Amino acid sequence: MARKGSLAARLRSEYSQLLVPLIAIVLIVVFNLIRDPGFFSISVAQNNLGNAVLQGNLISILNGASELAVLAMGMTLVTAACGGQDISVGAVAAIAGSVFVKILRAGATITPLTVALGIVSCCLVAMLFASFSGVLVAVFKIQPMIATLILYTCGRSIAYWINGGATPTVDSPIITGIGSFIPGVPVPTPILIVALMAVIFGLIFKFTNLRLYVQTVGINQGAARLNGINAVGIKLLTFVLLGACCSVAGVIGVSRLSLINHETLLLDVEMDAILAVAIGGNLLGGGKFKMVGSVLGAYAIQALTITLYAMKVPSTDIKAYKAIVIILIVAVGSPVVKEKSAQLWKKLTGKGASGRIRREAA
Amino acid sequence: MKKILVLALALIMALSAFSALAEITVGIVNNPPSESGYREANVKNFEEVFSADNGYVAKTAYTLKNDEQLQYAQQFITDGVDYLLISAAETTGWDAVLQSAQEAGIGVFLFDRMIDCDPSLFEAAVVSDMANEGDLAVNWLLAQGLDEYNVIHIQGAMGSDAQLGRTGALDAQFEAGTMNKVVQQTATWDEAEAKKIVESVINSGDAFNVIYAENDGMAKGAVAALDEAGITHGVDGDVIVMGFDCNKWALRELLAGNWNYDGQCSPFQAEVIDSMIKTLEEGGEIEGLNEKGQIINEERGFDAKEITEEDIETYGLGE
Repeated sequence: MARKGSLAARLRSEYSQLLVPLIAIVLIVVFNLIRDPGFFSISVAQNNLGNAVLQGNLISILNGASELAVLAMGMTLVTAACGGQDISVGAVAAIAGSVFVKILRAGATITPLTVALGIVSCCLVAMLFASFSGVLVAVFKIQPMIATLILYTCGRSIAYWINGGATPTVDSPIITGIGSFIPGVPVPTPILIVALMAVIFGLIFKFTNLRLYVQTVGINQGAARLNGINAVGIKLLTFVLLGACCSVAGVIGVSRLSLINHETLLLDVEMDAILAVAIGGNLLGGGKFKMVGSVLGAYAIQALTITLYAMKVPSTDIKAYKAIVIILIVAVGSPVVKEKSAQLWKKLTGKGASGRIRREAA
Repeated sequence: MKKILVLALALIMALSAFSALAEITVGIVNNPPSESGYREANVKNFEEVFSADNGYVAKTAYTLKNDEQLQYAQQFITDGVDYLLISAAETTGWDAVLQSAQEAGIGVFLFDRMIDCDPSLFEAAVVSDMANEGDLAVNWLLAQGLDEYNVIHIQGAMGSDAQLGRTGALDAQFEAGTMNKVVQQTATWDEAEAKKIVESVINSGDAFNVIYAENDGMAKGAVAALDEAGITHGVDGDVIVMGFDCNKWALRELLAGNWNYDGQCSPFQAEVIDSMIKTLEEGGEIEGLNEKGQIINEERGFDAKEITEEDIETYGLGE
């Protein structure tokens, strides 16, 4: 009995963090179902290339949030280990996308080989740029937001130097396959890429101690070092992983439209990525983290955007509406509100929160 | 030995003085080519026209910052250029510099962007009329004679000159009731956002037959959404696709019949200024200015049914 109780408690402590993003998503879903019951209907359509593909707002949300979801994964790690955020992810993704386009345009035709080469090299370049920020943060102990301000400012200019022209295009069925649909697969490829990234991170966490090390460094760097963890190395590693995420986001972004616009590719995504981490219930000051929460946060943000588009909110008002909803979500997730609602719950039921309090005391 | 050296030096100086007489020196202050495809073409246009081959010595300064532009302009005046050509980053703060240019007898031409100052401070301004560009596009659309106009309107960054001009003409049609607004939404020049906007309209099931995107990138994003939903577009398609800027790749979409129309705010002002400078050098006077001292740039719009490979090479931006 006692064992079962502790398991339930453990589950609750493990997953209570996910409550906020889940509530946010549920609220948006319920709101939309009331507004328009057909909002989440999915249909099969024939696209202009003659493939049967899935279509509907739900697909648009999952598809549109792909870059954000991938970036949120990397951002979660950096946040957890360094206690700060990387605000240069959009710029680094633009650099990665530019390198990708540069390699694709170097050859006469785009073949699977040049695409593979492009992906590998843009991934390496993005990791290199991210590790530049990482060194500033880990070795020189500069605040992450200040360190990444450098690439935030100059990253898109660097992206311009790589290709010169303002919007070079790359037309190829392979690129369309990455950014849109692979013939015969009805699910948009970016959704599959997010799933692949989730599996990769899942395997990393299962077979390495990365999660433990990152959390330890984030909670107490000194204690981590005394326990033989290379804190500097771990911080650097989180930035390198974020760099890899940036390159994936960049490749998806470029492939969606077969074009790169270094000024607008993933513009302002850094703020949404940080927001996704926050909505996911992760502490922005570092320490324990749940990557699933951040990904759910990313989908919540995208669901909100698509809802506002579907409601035809005027252009000039859309950011204000978004801000209002986000304030609500973040406020609901704040410690003060959580504590007050726990107390209220206790008063109403006479129990509930007591278990948590006892556990925290122990 | 010393004498020979002095002689050689004198010879060089005389030669350089002679060459300076033969050539016209211009100082060009512009925004950097990295700003946009428009600017890239604009800078290239000026560098080509004001080249040594055409009898010019050009000093150039490219920056987005108004204060740096002012410093460069002042430097060019000190260097004693014959003409100063300016595309200002901001409309204000130029009076002192333009005054000192006038005192030094340097002719000033403005291009692309106006400056808030007295028209007597410059010879002429070659600028675009953004409203004209929108009117051109909307008149083309009206000439298509559709039974019904259900328009998805994707706007640029709100408040920018290009957005205001391109939106204004269409808004007038919405108000007059000649066209129906299915959705009017800003994608802030972001291609991916434009795709999401069109996706959401398709998902909602609302009927539309025109996409009016305020630049090429957003038109491409919109078309990506149409392709995924299996909606035909372009010449003989169900949906008319309109873009702006005339990037070469976009004009090729026109030539292939995937899009219908592309409008352009022309970045080619150098030829006009060149001919005005030649007029002044020959002692003539510049004619055809309006009361603000402006010459309005000739804008273009291309129809997919009429565009040629030659148009793409001549007027297309980028590569």
